[in-house]
Amino acid sequence: MSVLVLAEHGNAQLDEATARAVSAALCLGNDIHVLVAGKGCHDVALAAASLDGVSKVLVAEGESLANQLAEPLADLIVAQSGGYDAIVAASTSTGKNVMPRVAALLDVMQISDVIAIDGPDLFRRPIYAGSIVQTVRSKDPKRVLTIRASAFRPVGQGEAKPIETVEVAPSSSLSTFVANAVAVSERPDLTSARIVVSGGRGMGSADNFETVLAPLADTLGAALGASRAAVDAGYVSNDLQVGQTGKIVAPDLYIACGISGAIQHLAGMKDSKVIVAINKDAEAPIFQVADYGLVADLFEAVPELKGTLASAT
Amino acid sequence: MKILVAIKRVADPNVKVRLRSDGSGLDLAAVKMTMNPFDEIAVEEAVRLREAGIASEVVVVSVGPEKATETLRTALAMGADRGLLVRTEATTEPLAVAKALSAVAGEEQPALILLGKQAVDDDCNQTGQMLAAKLGWPQATFASQLTVNGDRATVIREVDGGSQTLALALPAIVTADLRLNEPRYASLPNIMKAKKKPLEERQPSDYGLVIEERLEVVRLEEPPTRAAGIKVKSVAELVERLKTEAGVLA
Ligand SMILES: Cc1cc2nc3c(=O)[nH]c(=O)nc-3n(C[C@H](O)[C@H](O)[C@H](O)COP(=O)(O)OP(=O)(O)OC[C@H]3O[C@@H](n4cnc5c(N)ncnc54)[C@H](O)[C@@H]3O)c2cc1C
Repeated sequence: MSVLVLAEHGNAQLDEATARAVSAALCLGNDIHVLVAGKGCHDVALAAASLDGVSKVLVAEGESLANQLAEPLADLIVAQSGGYDAIVAASTSTGKNVMPRVAALLDVMQISDVIAIDGPDLFRRPIYAGSIVQTVRSKDPKRVLTIRASAFRPVGQGEAKPIETVEVAPSSSLSTFVANAVAVSERPDLTSARIVVSGGRGMGSADNFETVLAPLADTLGAALGASRAAVDAGYVSNDLQVGQTGKIVAPDLYIACGISGAIQHLAGMKDSKVIVAINKDAEAPIFQVADYGLVADLFEAVPELKGTLASAT
Repeated sequence: MKILVAIKRVADPNVKVRLRSDGSGLDLAAVKMTMNPFDEIAVEEAVRLREAGIASEVVVVSVGPEKATETLRTALAMGADRGLLVRTEATTEPLAVAKALSAVAGEEQPALILLGKQAVDDDCNQTGQMLAAKLGWPQATFASQLTVNGDRATVIREVDGGSQTLALALPAIVTADLRLNEPRYASLPNIMKAKKKPLEERQPSDYGLVIEERLEVVRLEEPPTRAAGIKVKSVAELVERLKTEAGVLA
């Protein structure tokens, strides 16, 4: 089977989600091509070409592809799709935006957020915020999938494979890019961090996030995360939301502070290896999934935890 | 300007859905059903655009079972003007729904179609994008802000790295994210008024469509639950256990 994988990148750097999507693609076949679409993304193509399991990289560059807009990107993928049995992208905001458009143009029913591949046409995926896992058999001749990155181990790096340039047909400019507001952070990326420190409504304010929670994250070299309630209240920006409708994380250690543990939040972190919960309410549902629960006021416990860890190193 | 809003009836997101004890499917018999929360946000946005004098009519449409009439009534009580049910008791996969909505859009000729970014039952996050493809329209998914100005819409989208602003030529598709607005509760007088608003029912065959399934569900299972952990008594004990027992701290 031959599989086309859409590279996830920001023109300068290849995102780790791509190595995970390649890993999923290898469950389907062994002729894996990676499509790098963007502008000025030569380094990305080089990085993609050195991923284990990849046999070829296709690079498509153009102004219309600079910001991964759905319309030209979908047209490009459809134009390239001919020889492939499956098209795979990670469930990133780009993958989720463009792949259903591709699927509909190909008259295929997409399989979203795949967590396991049991056969060439058999896929497992969570529904109802992860309360249920369904296994579906695709009846379509071609498969279009988005995969949950945290469910697949990234492939390693090996020798470089060939890179080919593909033509980009002019695409009607139905939508135009205006601006990106990129959240800049010195901290590790939330979806690939080994440790995540998350705060909820219990944090009380943006200021507390910065002065109480962030120092703990920095002591641990951890990424910061948040519940929807914390984002809605404006304590932190939207890109930190963990959950059913935010980011899905599975770090070695997840520390939830002042988070009650609603099912929509658990959907985004319950595959973490070790979960710690700090909450003053002993009945909070988060304790049902926590390996280690501490019933305490976070404004005392978090600084103490930070202090203990900092003095130990 | 006419706005079409697509809505879905789903299980209440506050209820944990389980499997029937004999494993034969989802146990939804006693579960309260409601409008998909993202769709409520889409309806609210459309109603606000009409209240602001930008939209002239808000039409809500659902592709689903007879019971979805209740969901459409809720949208009418929130302020939508007219409802349409494309009735089917079959499983409604996003591709099939997008085809039906595309046919409806052909008749209604809206300038803007709003949908929720995902339905919280199947968690697919596809219908809006698929509809945009079928119509050949531009799309802006995961919207946290929408401004309509003449024949253009400006949308701020929530993306992995932060936010992105797009300008779209109308007609266009916009899918709503959580922070687009806070939907209103329908007041009792508006619930009464909604009973008199027009609500039409059509069949997929009226549009020459058959609702077909491309994915066969071969198994449903509850994921393994995490083994219950322990409560620690102090921060010192927590750190000790993370180091020695869990081995996640050096
Ligand atoms: C369609 C939909 C999608 C959603 N998607 C998401 C999602 O992706 N991610 C998500 O997180 N949520 C999501 N939600 C929201 C979810 O249902 C919850 O409302 C949300 O997760 C609650 O956030 P929270 O735990 O921070 O707040 P709360 O539930 O209010 O909990 C706050 C907790 O903090 C504790 N606390 C307060 N003060 C202190 C203190 N001083 N010390 C210690 N503990 C303290 C309290 O005991 C409480 O347990 C979604 C909901 C819907 C309907």
